[in-house]
Amino acid sequence: MEKKVVFNEEICKSCSLCVEVCPTNVIFLADYLNGKGYRPAAVIDQENCISCAKCGQICPDTVITVFRPVKKEQMV
Amino acid sequence: MGKVLMKGNEVIAEAAVHAGCKYFFGYPITPQSELVAYMARRLPEVGGVFLQAESEIAAINMVYGAAGTGARVMTSSSSPGFSLKQEGISYLVGSELPAVICNIVRGGPGLGNIQPAQSDYFQVTKGGGHGDYFLPVLAPSSLQEIVDLTQDAFNIADRYRTPVILMGDGMLGQMMEPVEFLDPKSEELPEKNWATTGTRGDGGPKIITSLELDADGLEQRNKHLQEKIVEMKKNEVRYEMYKTDDADYIIVAFGTVARIAMNAINKARQDGVKVGMIRPISLWPFPEKPFVETRDRVKSYISVEMSAGQMIEDVRLAVNGHAPVDFFGRNGGVVPSQEEIYHKIMAVAGGIEV
Amino acid sequence: MTMKTVFQKTKGLTDKPTHYCPGCTHGVIHRLVGEVLEEMDILEDTIGVASVGCSVLSYEYFNCDMTQAAHGRAPAVATGVKRVLPDRFVFTYQGDGDLASIGISEIIHAAARGEKITVIFVNNAIYGMTGGQMAPTTLIGQKTATTPFGRDASVQGSPIRVCEMLSTLDSTAYIERVSTHDVQHIQKAKKAIRKAFEAQKLGLGFSMIEVLSTCPTNWGLDPNESLDWVKDNMVPVYPLGVYKNKME
Repeated sequence: MEKKVVFNEEICKSCSLCVEVCPTNVIFLADYLNGKGYRPAAVIDQENCISCAKCGQICPDTVITVFRPVKKEQMV
Repeated sequence: MGKVLMKGNEVIAEAAVHAGCKYFFGYPITPQSELVAYMARRLPEVGGVFLQAESEIAAINMVYGAAGTGARVMTSSSSPGFSLKQEGISYLVGSELPAVICNIVRGGPGLGNIQPAQSDYFQVTKGGGHGDYFLPVLAPSSLQEIVDLTQDAFNIADRYRTPVILMGDGMLGQMMEPVEFLDPKSEELPEKNWATTGTRGDGGPKIITSLELDADGLEQRNKHLQEKIVEMKKNEVRYEMYKTDDADYIIVAFGTVARIAMNAINKARQDGVKVGMIRPISLWPFPEKPFVETRDRVKSYISVEMSAGQMIEDVRLAVNGHAPVDFFGRNGGVVPSQEEIYHKIMAVAGGIEV
Repeated sequence: MTMKTVFQKTKGLTDKPTHYCPGCTHGVIHRLVGEVLEEMDILEDTIGVASVGCSVLSYEYFNCDMTQAAHGRAPAVATGVKRVLPDRFVFTYQGDGDLASIGISEIIHAAARGEKITVIFVNNAIYGMTGGQMAPTTLIGQKTATTPFGRDASVQGSPIRVCEMLSTLDSTAYIERVSTHDVQHIQKAKKAIRKAFEAQKLGLGFSMIEVLSTCPTNWGLDPNESLDWVKDNMVPVYPLGVYKNKME
């Protein structure tokens, strides 16, 4: 499925604010490192993301871009 | 327009307005407060802005902000207030911002008094604030000269992107003489495309800063500043020579002291002593040429200052050991009389220590 | 399935990754300012004044003309800019050392003169950049590098409440204190910042938003604990709310 949250892993600093703020607990710190030596925040369980964008808003580094699926408009 | 009788402090202000200065931020301090008050009345008349700042520190930083927008802007103060501005001046230099800063010097150090002095010479000619830099310093000795040098100051500032000091003393600031404000000569000056005026229609954001955390980068910046210094040394020297062609003794004096010394020189000449004067008009770059021309044929120089001896060091450097350099000075706000200077000349000429 | 973008980086910020510590809310506050400038469509008419502190490099992050001011002097620099360019938007971005210590004179007088600028005051009760020394806004009992035994009112006095103090000045137009300790408060902070710039747009006078912020590194707490520390310790001492409002 299309991603609801996309993480710019290279600029993540592992602060974990997004991990704590996510209401459905889908964010975690990956077990690999980015170029700066931080474990970037990541989401695997995109299904359970509700696109609330709390993660995006709490992130000090604007790592996260959030999308919401919209039903295609009914053709008139 | 014709000549007008005006007070020195007000001449500086009017000259600045004639040079296109529309913004002035300053703080009252004797003996330059009339300059501040004049700007308060005059700038609204020309669509400019005058603001009394809460301190000299705030004033120099307002100048920094205004200069960053590309405007011609000025501030003025006197010795203790001028000391307060040093950090701000260093920032102006490091950020390459043009501005004119006037220092009407008074007795010091510390609170001192309000009488005339020249004891800020070191402060204005040796940088003054932290870091490697020199500032062009112009020292008028008459009110008409103030008009011309103020115009020059703004042009030098814009040409090289540097603050420029206009240095007077309490006597110059308070005296009244007839002056004429002629239209400034037009000059080709570089465009200020670095100015922070918003990015609408002109590409990416402009940044004005003197911060450079990378040492190699900062060294490069300094190299650039030093290159400007070399250019200014070549192009911005100003001085006057008075009766030096046949002189055995040469007085070195600037500002008010030069005028007093001139009378002493004339009297000494009447009494048979061949004495002349080198009058630096740019204190920085200090004029070396007149010393190179005279140092192998004069018996000695006499530096005359309203200080304990500051310009004398630059005189010695320029003379470079070719001739003796003597000194006469009064400080603490005392103005030397022409009699005192005359006696010094006669004593030096007669081989007597005074 | 069509995907609609719900949240993305604002054009008000450049692409440069910030140097701030992990979890430091400077990044959040930068984003709010950037978003407000973009949404009001005034980014290209804005000149920001960077101050000295952790945010000294903020001129690399805001996507508008920026000028770097000496420590504490940003309100004076902003005055110079705004007096020459009254139709542009001018803001300063200052920390608690810059604004409330060395710059206390400049902020009081810019506010007293009613300078039509917007001040973003980031209060984290400590000096971050220089290694965690006491700030004028450090709390009683708070341990810092220069109050190793905890701030003691009988020795170091008490914290300064800047919003309250400046609100006594008649020419201030909009002053509000907000916080960044959770998403709800971050959203409120953005609304406040917007109001402050609206006040500038209307030419009403001086506007300032004090934002309670974190310093995980010098507080010795992790980023999430730091947010709680703001809520539990700073908000009681620095009450949130509007202190001056000429907007209605």
